[in-house]
Amino acid sequence: MNVRTWCVTASMLFALPVFGGEPSTLTVFAAASLDGPFRELAREFERAEPGVRVRLNLAGSQQLAAQLRQGAKADVFASADARWMAFADSIGVLAAPAMVFAHNSLTVIVPGANPAHITRLQDLARPGIKLVLGAEAVPVGHYSRAMLRNLAQLPGYAPDFAPRVLANTVSEEENVRAVANKVQLGEADAGIVYRSDVTLALARHVREFAVPDAANVVVAYHIAILRSARDRAAAGRFVAMLRSPKGRAILARYRMKSALTDGR
Amino acid sequence: MREPGGKRATRPGLLVLAVAPMVVLLVLPLAAVYLRLDFRTVLDKLAEPEILDALRLSLTTSICATFAVVMLGTPLAYLLATRGFVGRHLLEALVDLPMVLPPTVAGFALLMAFGRAGLAGGTLGALGIHLPFTTAAVVVAQAFMAAPFYVSAARAGFQGVDSRLLEAAATLGADERARFVRVMAPLAAPALAAGATMTFARALGEFGATITFAGNLPGATRTLPLAVYVALQSDLDAALVLSAMLLAVSFVLLLALRGALARPGWMGRDAAR
Repeated sequence: MNVRTWCVTASMLFALPVFGGEPSTLTVFAAASLDGPFRELAREFERAEPGVRVRLNLAGSQQLAAQLRQGAKADVFASADARWMAFADSIGVLAAPAMVFAHNSLTVIVPGANPAHITRLQDLARPGIKLVLGAEAVPVGHYSRAMLRNLAQLPGYAPDFAPRVLANTVSEEENVRAVANKVQLGEADAGIVYRSDVTLALARHVREFAVPDAANVVVAYHIAILRSARDRAAAGRFVAMLRSPKGRAILARYRMKSALTDGR
Repeated sequence: MREPGGKRATRPGLLVLAVAPMVVLLVLPLAAVYLRLDFRTVLDKLAEPEILDALRLSLTTSICATFAVVMLGTPLAYLLATRGFVGRHLLEALVDLPMVLPPTVAGFALLMAFGRAGLAGGTLGALGIHLPFTTAAVVVAQAFMAAPFYVSAARAGFQGVDSRLLEAAATLGADERARFVRVMAPLAAPALAAGATMTFARALGEFGATITFAGNLPGATRTLPLAVYVALQSDLDAALVLSAMLLAVSFVLLLALRGALARPGWMGRDAAR
């Protein structure tokens, strides 16, 4: 292949997306726990707007926030807690105030074979249990610790329940999917994840222990359009879709409650 | 400028120009870390127990992994250096595999093999051995990823031993074991040491297989590279100090290795190729 043909071929390769009629990409940074619903929402959005491609970057909210701080360009940021959205706000990357679009709560999962013979939540404090949690910086890890402290307040739980459970931690994971995976693989005896994580696919491999409402936490998902958004209108339409009947139906399928309040 | 072969070399200016981009690519990131560093932060961070824990854990696990690789890898390297057999290429490819494998894939594979629910998990469990989420799992992950560096260096070292010396030893009545202990191992020692050093350096830098197979818990499985990853999301100063520490240790190790290999008394230049 001579230089001329090479150049022509190379420029054609680079030009391909243009010929393919894809003028814009919407980059959405979303908390790892939004993996399921946001994939569906992205498909739905692309169906509604054939000219737009949605590119999802799914990771722990703390990691997404760190990427934004390093100058990553995106159109929308969806965080699993207020903390990392406030951080994003503090570094000046938000184009408009964030709002809460969904609520979630926590649940405890154990492998289907239940190797540690856990029969109730109190068992989590038993020495030798291999518990996997999100790290403190990860929203799910932060919520999990709060929930354990709440449980300790309930009758039937020892006052030192939380520290005893935390002493059983064998790994602090970087996002909630990693927690679920370790339980699904049967390597951990128990893990604390979001209710939305227990999808039909995961439910085949794990057993769930519901957390009493009195001790559960309200997980609030925040979303904001970013300053670096190239097409703020399209980003706005993506956010608006979360409130549409279709968007709410998708969230509901993942056991998330849609919310329509603003984030403050 | 003339190359050793007597061929006419190209003008030095041109070569420097051609080399510069690569050198910049290699040097700039390292320099950037050190330019950001200030002495005060280093002292502050070095006093933090989490960082000291990570350092201590990294050193002990890397030493253990290197020891394990030397013990388990030397016979393999000897076999590959001295015997031809069916399936040799297969074994060689297998030995090199971890070098090119994405570390997360390696970690996942280790979990599938040695995890509680893994292939060998039941057997290990019956023996009372539970690897995942333990410091031992860190050592296994490091050894798995770093072994190729030792085995290939050791094999080359064994192959480099002058066969006439071995024949002479044989005529003097030395059996294979004696020839290995008295002749081969001492003569290949520099190569073995070089391989062990590379293995240690690689083990020290291991990240993906560790976090996947061993998990991430301060004091138990959070080695320096994992601590850097965690710190990148919360404490940039700590990430900087930890990165500088890893860079310095790895660089000094590699530099010392070059220096040692270049010393003719310790190891002939030919063998040091």
